[in-house]
Amino acid sequence: MASLRCFLRSGKNAVTAVLRREFHGTPPAAVQVTVRDALNQAMDEELERDERVFLLGEEVAQYDGAYKVSRGLWKKYGDKRIIDTPITEMGFAGIAVGAAMAGLRPICEFMTFNFSMQAIDQVINSAAKTYYMSAGLQSVPIVFRGPNGASAGVAAQHSQCFAAWYGHCPGLKVVSPWSAEDARGLLKSAIRDDNPVVFLENELMYGVPFEMSEEVQSKDFLIPIGKAKIERQGNHITLVSHSRMVSLCLDAAAVLAKEGIECEVINMRTIRPLDAEAIETSIMKTNHLVTVEGGWPQFGIGAEILAWIMEGPAFNYLDAPAVRVTGVDIPMPYAKILEDNSIPQIKDIIFSVKKTLNV
Amino acid sequence: LKKKAALVSRLLSKTKCDLHKLEEGPPLQAMLSREEGLQYYRTMQTMRRMELKADQLYKQKIIRGFCHLYDGQEACAVGIEAGINLSDHLITAYRAHAYTLTRGGTVREIMAELTGRRGGIAKGKGGSMHMYTKNFYGGNGIVGAQVPLGAGVALACKYLGKNELCVCLYGDGAANQGQIFETYNMASLWKLPCIFICENNKYGMGTSVERAAASTDYYKRGDFIPGLRVDGMDILCVREATKFAAEHCRSGKGPILMELQTYRYHGHSMSDPGVSYRTREEIQEVRSKSDPISMLKDRMLSNNMASVEELKEIDVEVRKEIEDAAQFATTDPEPPLDDLCNHIFYNNPPMEVRGTNPWTKLKSVS
Repeated sequence: MASLRCFLRSGKNAVTAVLRREFHGTPPAAVQVTVRDALNQAMDEELERDERVFLLGEEVAQYDGAYKVSRGLWKKYGDKRIIDTPITEMGFAGIAVGAAMAGLRPICEFMTFNFSMQAIDQVINSAAKTYYMSAGLQSVPIVFRGPNGASAGVAAQHSQCFAAWYGHCPGLKVVSPWSAEDARGLLKSAIRDDNPVVFLENELMYGVPFEMSEEVQSKDFLIPIGKAKIERQGNHITLVSHSRMVSLCLDAAAVLAKEGIECEVINMRTIRPLDAEAIETSIMKTNHLVTVEGGWPQFGIGAEILAWIMEGPAFNYLDAPAVRVTGVDIPMPYAKILEDNSIPQIKDIIFSVKKTLNV
Repeated sequence: LKKKAALVSRLLSKTKCDLHKLEEGPPLQAMLSREEGLQYYRTMQTMRRMELKADQLYKQKIIRGFCHLYDGQEACAVGIEAGINLSDHLITAYRAHAYTLTRGGTVREIMAELTGRRGGIAKGKGGSMHMYTKNFYGGNGIVGAQVPLGAGVALACKYLGKNELCVCLYGDGAANQGQIFETYNMASLWKLPCIFICENNKYGMGTSVERAAASTDYYKRGDFIPGLRVDGMDILCVREATKFAAEHCRSGKGPILMELQTYRYHGHSMSDPGVSYRTREEIQEVRSKSDPISMLKDRMLSNNMASVEELKEIDVEVRKEIEDAAQFATTDPEPPLDDLCNHIFYNNPPMEVRGTNPWTKLKSVS
């Protein structure tokens, strides 16, 4: 099957490629793909697969995307499928929701989720609640996507994390990919999902390359929404995180491993529905929990996870109170030294792990 | 010998000022004194050099994040300020460094804010888009949000009865925002002393006006609000139009809308090269034919109001001022860590703020 796919992809050089593969028995052709390219490819493939899928947002077409995530798509698909909007979020988000109600499958891009606040009524009241209010008559198959959370030096109005705000609302699915594989598989699932999905990307992750196996590169590779992934196995403590903070957790885990502390790092992948079972299973093994998020502490992702654990079967397995590592409870400052100290650093995770383990 | 003052007949970009629901517009002639001319020249040149220095510092990664430069649009900021008083109020969007200057900020504290130092006008906590001075309400990052804010300031002006007004600026990209039309409605209903000014530089980020607006006659978009469209590259046009608009507001007639046709040489921000959606030829053409500083310089020279040497001397002084400011901005220390959590609430007793983990408790004072 792999060789057949290879043949179809390679065109002219197919025969030699196939022969080469069979002869030398090379391992599956993994490639390095950035998160940006993974998102781009996922959208490209879904646009090709289903004519009802289209993309709208500011600068998505002729500018190739403010962060180049939609590069090349307008050239390929044209004005009908890739639409540049004026700077009018409330309006175009509403238009996107209406189009979804009438049978299309829009991808509505917010240049950053900070600007989604201008349109949040359409996301919550028009998209999220409608299937329920209509008792199943009217579905809204829409994806709202864009970068979320802190970037670098963009100050208070451009750095907020909206995971907790959107995660709060029934009727919405909320997804937060970390790796290129996550980005690809989750975006495809989001686009194919018949419900409103808020897809929280991260600007600082766009340029980060990840190895992508051949299986992940396949056009029908999907990651189910609502299932977390264990990125690193460990026995001593469970670290739960989403998006860019997963990178920090893995870095902290590497440092801690040198001291004999083995962390299990869970990449949430989905905020809502929360994969509490994965977290509980892990806690039953490690007996300790630290959550890590970039957003503010109050009423946040960590707060929710800790509440779930308190109420569920894993509580009795905890040997110490579960703890949250979060952004500092302030608007994001501009100056580098202040910004660096406003979000979790690796040392904060290490510190919290050691305090929890009492070492 | 230079003339003390000169009557300067003003060219209105080769056409007359366009009016909407106005019987008459600003005068077609304006007095420009030598003193005024030299002051406008110096201020515009200071803005120009300041923005170019910011470009340099950004490329050296000493300025980070967003940086939206104003070079090309100087006549708007300087002309507007020349038409109002410092006791009036002003609010704009994120392309705001020049307004921070005209509204009383110094080059030093503006540049130190861009570099994120404790001597910055917002102590390093705001950055490029969040600079404030007395009667200047920023510096606003969310497109269009500053417009209702400006009308609110105007409401306060009327309420407090001090004959002040608010100049409320936005760009051609923002002009399509719904909240602006909501604001037009209320400002008009309640006769708020608000001058709405659309700085039309032809592009909203990478999108030209034709691709974003069903009607690009921004001075008419206020519908029931009288409007005028003016050459934003000619500082005297801007000044006279602003004076005219201010008179309209102060006489209790309610809001008025001004469209300034202008141009930015840089891209939308420092991460936009600015040439994927417009040609280099276009940029060059504006630079050579309509540069606001050159136009003022030529006018002053041809009317014998200043000498070439005099203006060169101003250039040298300005250059030095910018260099000194940049020196300060790059050597001033970053803000102290114990300022991290301050300024959350005003007039509040000191409080505790959660750090990144439950064991880190930080302090916040007003």
